[in-house]
Amino acid sequence: MNQLGFPLLSLILWLPAAGALALLFVPRTNAELARRVSLATMVIGFLLSLLLPLRFETNPMQIAMVGAPPVMQFVEEAPWLPIVGATYSLGVDGISLWLVMLTTFLGPIVVLSTWDSVHKDVRNFQILLLILQTAMIGVFIAQDLLLFYLFWEFTLIPMTFLIGIWGSQNRIYAARKFFLYTFAGSVLMLLALIALHLLHRDAIAAVDPSFRGTFSFSRFVSDLRAGRFTLDTTTERLLFGAFFLAFAVKVPLWPFHTWLPDAHVEAPTAGSVVLAGVLLKLGGYGMIRYNLTLFPAAAQWAAPALAVLAVIGIIYGAAVAFAQSDMKKLVAYSSVSHMGFVVLGIFALNAEGISGAVLQMVNHGLSTSALFLMVGVLYERRHTRELAEYGGLWKVMPIFAAFSLLVALSSAGLPGLNGFIGEFTIIAGAFRSPLLGWVYVAFAVGGVVLAAAYLLKLFRAVFMGDITQPANANLPDLNRRELTAFALLSIPIVVIGIYPALFFAGMQHSVAALVAELMAQVAGS
Amino acid sequence: MDSLTIPPVDLALMAPLLVVVTWATILLLVDVFFIPDGRKKLTGYLAIGGLMVAGLVGLPLWGVTGTTFGGMLRLDPFALTLTWIFLLVGVLSIAMSLEYLPSQGIEQGEFYPLIMFAVSGMILLAQGTDLIVLFLGIETLSITLYILTGFAYPRLTSEEAAMKYLVLGAFAAGFFVYGIALIFGATGSTRLSEIGAYAASRGLGDLNLTLLLGGAAMVLIAFAFKVALAPFHMWTPDVYEGSPTPVAAFMSVGTKGGALAALVRLLFEGMPTLSEYWLPVLAGLTALTMVVGNLGAVAQTNVKRMLAYSSIGHAGYVMLGVMVAGEQRGPEAFIFYLLVYALSNLGAFAVLIALEHQGENAWQLDDFAGLYQRQPLLAVAMAIFMFSLAGVPPTAGFMAKFYALTAAWEGGLPWLALVGVLTSAVAAFFYLRVIIRMFMTEPEGEPVPALNSGLTVDIVVAAIGTIAIGLIPAPVFALVERSLVALSGS
Repeated sequence: MNQLGFPLLSLILWLPAAGALALLFVPRTNAELARRVSLATMVIGFLLSLLLPLRFETNPMQIAMVGAPPVMQFVEEAPWLPIVGATYSLGVDGISLWLVMLTTFLGPIVVLSTWDSVHKDVRNFQILLLILQTAMIGVFIAQDLLLFYLFWEFTLIPMTFLIGIWGSQNRIYAARKFFLYTFAGSVLMLLALIALHLLHRDAIAAVDPSFRGTFSFSRFVSDLRAGRFTLDTTTERLLFGAFFLAFAVKVPLWPFHTWLPDAHVEAPTAGSVVLAGVLLKLGGYGMIRYNLTLFPAAAQWAAPALAVLAVIGIIYGAAVAFAQSDMKKLVAYSSVSHMGFVVLGIFALNAEGISGAVLQMVNHGLSTSALFLMVGVLYERRHTRELAEYGGLWKVMPIFAAFSLLVALSSAGLPGLNGFIGEFTIIAGAFRSPLLGWVYVAFAVGGVVLAAAYLLKLFRAVFMGDITQPANANLPDLNRRELTAFALLSIPIVVIGIYPALFFAGMQHSVAALVAELMAQVAGS
Repeated sequence: MDSLTIPPVDLALMAPLLVVVTWATILLLVDVFFIPDGRKKLTGYLAIGGLMVAGLVGLPLWGVTGTTFGGMLRLDPFALTLTWIFLLVGVLSIAMSLEYLPSQGIEQGEFYPLIMFAVSGMILLAQGTDLIVLFLGIETLSITLYILTGFAYPRLTSEEAAMKYLVLGAFAAGFFVYGIALIFGATGSTRLSEIGAYAASRGLGDLNLTLLLGGAAMVLIAFAFKVALAPFHMWTPDVYEGSPTPVAAFMSVGTKGGALAALVRLLFEGMPTLSEYWLPVLAGLTALTMVVGNLGAVAQTNVKRMLAYSSIGHAGYVMLGVMVAGEQRGPEAFIFYLLVYALSNLGAFAVLIALEHQGENAWQLDDFAGLYQRQPLLAVAMAIFMFSLAGVPPTAGFMAKFYALTAAWEGGLPWLALVGVLTSAVAAFFYLRVIIRMFMTEPEGEPVPALNSGLTVDIVVAAIGTIAIGLIPAPVFALVERSLVALSGS
């Protein structure tokens, strides 16, 4: 079955859902118990997932070679929908490994943050968080396209409710916009999926009449690579576009980003953390896993144009972030900028770019979650997110200030912290990519400079100087739970910064295999 | 002089139909003579019992294929599966009427036998292989529905609905009969298989073939009216809004299901060789239906009207499967979609009934405001139905949509599948609007929903079915797949 002999991935996947079921039996009024059950579920989930990197084979027997499908580990497979050849199949490779880890790691932190920020209907909030956790993990580990799509779409439901029920003033507008944007973005992917399934079935059935079709990702890839199944140029580009649109809305890539600031500003802190921490990564992951792997030639064709969109997003997001006076909006727009880096890295189409993109997704998940937590901490104490309302907080909240500085610098890409590694690798990748080049890099570097500007502006306005507002004079510093959350987040921020090889090692093989294939396409064309 | 020969009749092949008709006839009398006013609910229970017995009677017939009445009726797994779906629709509709009728002050015992007669018409449509039988089925269904639509007499909207439906329905029936006449004139037969054989033997330019096509066009118009395909859908919103809610629920699934079942037979037994003529027409109608239905629903603030437009849109999605029924996947998609749509839509209507009370309509979007705080379970159930109708996983609606789109693409209509996904993105808007009202706004006014046993059963069955089929669709897929073996062999 897999290297462990028991279905680890299924456990990690369904544990949160089981926790949600268990919560149904917790009385609705018992908020404390609900939080604890939820926290325990998330912690167990994280501990279980630690087995993944520990037992992960960083250098699988199979050497990276052209024509081989991605090597999945911890594979599980069971029949699900035999009539269309869809299976319940799970697996991780070096690319999804760290994204799964990010998801399970953020789980407990998100729940910790709800103690102070969610007071209404706590039990149902936790139920939705847990369901969402299952859905997100499912997207990362599903190895069957139909199963993937199921999880992908399902993430919408809990997130919409999280924003729409527990959000602030304008929550309904934000929830509706979030749902409709992402739903509309994905419908074409469903059609593309069906088209891929049928085209593949017809191609294979011509040789093997007993073949009834499949949705298995590795089957598609191996047949594509072996030439048993070919797509003509137009079809490939159309399919690429249909998949890409869904992912671009989720990332979000400029100009599909307009739902993001609304969703972030209105969402409760925990919702923002999940949204920024994990949900956006589903898009980046999808691009690497599906767009690049299934349609390498179309990816080559589209890369320069998409990289332009990414660069516009980097600059635009950063510039708009700089102009904000609302902290949450500032962080939200910084996401647009940072995720632009991810897309740029992906469409550099080389090993540096793609591994940088994966690492940058993890980094962004950590740093931005921490930034949203920071905003949440302030909001809980003062109930405002206006920068002008703060100032001089270092004097009253030194511990909080220290963590915030670390987080801001990590997000700004200070060498020695995680953000630098990701951005540097991406920029190196873009520079060396024959498709992109120094012009892209020049603009991207501009984005890095702007990032330092808006993050330091944020930090200065909140923490430096004298206390200008009397209301701020007696703010309590971090409580035990908040401290735990920030301390936990700081660990990977520092570790990735000083020893990135630990994280690159896992993904190296998978990325190399992917890039080898992309290179073969260049050589072939 | 020739003696009149009566073809051998195998009543076993129409056992479910016979049970429903006989039971309904007897029930009418029993209701009048033995069931006192005020206890008419008993009639309802007896009707449910009858439908269930009919379903059980069908069990041993699984796998049996045969024709009777000289080939006018056929029983095959396709018809039997549809029969079960129709019986289910009947049971759920009656269950939601049990409390609705007295609460609206319109409790009359004959309501329940009438529903049974309508179901019998639907079954006849699924089994009929002769134009005359199809006409009988359509009329049995329609005439009972004319009565049921006006059942809320003296409510004006109900009368108006009945009148509109009757006038337009009669018009459509006229088209049907005229079409049959033309077809008979061209081919000398009303038997679908004989029409098919005749059409296959004639080449282009044959005068009789032209006559046949003219007749077929007339018949298709009648079907388009019954199914509410745009542009023959105009009656739907008014009729649904005016009729008693359980009747609207029943119609939204029943009429479409019955008429489409007959259409499948008509197209693929009666004129498979003429598909180059009817396919473009039907494909155009279907595209228009999906667009009109879903765009129309966007503009509605009345949930009942919204569901009426949504039913038009869904008729389009079902048609995706019907049109390509020559392929293996087509009729499967049709049956699967019908079942899923029946569950989700009847569930949604049941929730609507739960919000209605004495003389007042709670159909406005605002009546749903804050439902989650007043009746959390009801709101969750409604959310499941809305997500299912919108086709969001993990509900059954997604699987149905997936199936229908796959069938359409496989049948050579990828552009229609594209229209389907694009309109489903539009559809998400208005289904989501109901959900937003229920969960994200504060309650207004004091409509306290009255949940009762019949409704609860309905809603629970529908909600569990919707989720279960969405998560583990394989068994239902397998059942549906098996019911098509016979059809593809014919």
